[in-house]
Amino acid sequence: MLTFIVINSILLAIALLLVIAEKFLVTYGECSVILNGDKTFNVMGGESVLAYLNQHKLFIPSACGGKATCGFCKLKVLSGGGNILPTEEVYVTKQESKEGYRLACQVKVKKDVNIYIPEYLLGAQEYESVASEIIQLTHDINILKLKILGDKKIKFLPGQYVQFKIPGTDEYRAYSVASSPDNTDYVELIIRLVPGGLCSTYVHKVLETGEKVIFTGPFGDFYLREETDTDIVAIGGGAGMAPIRSILYYLASRGMKRKFYYFFGARTAQDLFFTKELKEVEKEFPNFKYIPAIQDPEPKDNWEGEVGFVTQAAEKFLDKTSKKTAYLCGPPPMIDAAVTVLARKNIQPEDIHYDKF
Amino acid sequence: MELNPLMIFIAAILTHNIALSYLLGMCPLLAMSRQTNTAIGMGIAVIFVMTITAIVNWLLYHFVLIPSGSEIMSYLVFIIVIASVVQLLEMIIEKFFPRLQSSFGIFLPLITVNCTILAVSLFMVLRTYNFWQTVLFSSGSGVGWALAITIIAAIREKLRMVSDVPQGLRGAGITMVIAGILSLAFMGFSGMVDIQ
Repeated sequence: MLTFIVINSILLAIALLLVIAEKFLVTYGECSVILNGDKTFNVMGGESVLAYLNQHKLFIPSACGGKATCGFCKLKVLSGGGNILPTEEVYVTKQESKEGYRLACQVKVKKDVNIYIPEYLLGAQEYESVASEIIQLTHDINILKLKILGDKKIKFLPGQYVQFKIPGTDEYRAYSVASSPDNTDYVELIIRLVPGGLCSTYVHKVLETGEKVIFTGPFGDFYLREETDTDIVAIGGGAGMAPIRSILYYLASRGMKRKFYYFFGARTAQDLFFTKELKEVEKEFPNFKYIPAIQDPEPKDNWEGEVGFVTQAAEKFLDKTSKKTAYLCGPPPMIDAAVTVLARKNIQPEDIHYDKF
Repeated sequence: MELNPLMIFIAAILTHNIALSYLLGMCPLLAMSRQTNTAIGMGIAVIFVMTITAIVNWLLYHFVLIPSGSEIMSYLVFIIVIASVVQLLEMIIEKFFPRLQSSFGIFLPLITVNCTILAVSLFMVLRTYNFWQTVLFSSGSGVGWALAITIIAAIREKLRMVSDVPQGLRGAGITMVIAGILSLAFMGFSGMVDIQ
């Protein structure tokens, strides 16, 4: 009994001490977060810039929930942010640090803070949606259709990505939108099951149609450049199909005026998906060519297409004459190999856009 | 025999180094030892918190828990004291020493869940240290841990600059190897002082 009383009074004393300390020690008063010099948010200080941005429905990329482990929420702090913290140094290079870049989740607002966020990131919003369709495409890839609830519409550039909020956590994972921007009331995401991956496991094993999920977006500078009318070369593999598919349908609904080569790499014939769908687009638009390449075909597949790495197929089919813009989406080794091949085909580095994951 | 507190201090740094001979606090040792600056910041924060929590816990243990016969609850009390002392320290530092805050204040929350801090409080009970022995034991343990993480960080920094670590060993793997070799090296101190 005495133990009980003693322990409880110790706990009570500690709790009281903390409450009193907080009242007297933690007082920042009202501060302003000034965005791009024109928008001002008045907030009670003490939390991170990222938290205040989210409270005001401004969503910048961030995957780890403010733990300084993803490095996505990088932005420019013009004044009032204090010195860069050691937790950020892993993600902010010396050069960036000189220019004022910080991680938004680590900048605690204690006085007025001036921040700069590029215009193209400010279009991102939070969408409530319902998982309306989940279709298994291969043994480890499925496509998830998220229908946006209410009257909200999403506007994005073909190739951009959204962030899927993992229910029950503060964490997000980025997935490129696989559907055309012409569809403003839903997005489709292609999700590969990553062993041990938090979000992909959730989508593959737990999520059922009809469940509500939240995503934010659109984000990213990997999107179709429309200021030119050069031929397009797209190289990708696995779930890297998503942004290319969005670009493809966007162009198809506008008559496919540019030549479009799509090289898709997979290990076996079982890892290919949407083959029928893409072949139909090919039939309808002679400008579009879909060239899948398989690394190790098995006899039972009766594979008649390209054998080897996807970059070998690109090497074989591309000519050096016409001017081209390239869009690459896949694992880093594939992209590095593809960049080398494209350079040999006289494609300028500034015309190669890629999304490594 | 009553041990000289100074001897305990030296033993806690060298012969009974809490990181390298008890292998405690491995998580931050692996995660925070990428850069020497960060490692030093973390090390100083550990010294600070370890000493203060051990003192508070010693006082509570001897003047509250023992008289009331509630030693059995010491684990619970120790953990809660550690968590709240860290919070309190964070607030005080932020308010009165903003400079200090930017150099090691951000490591404080990480330390709350560092097992070395709890281990020091438990060791002091197990080894029945008196007040001054506790003060020097806890600060010595802190210095020992800081020393270990700083050495590891310095080696890792140099390793990154000059050597080609096999891909499979990069990151935590090579850090474990370094920690293992360092721990063997620290065994060379044994015999210098003995506190067991």
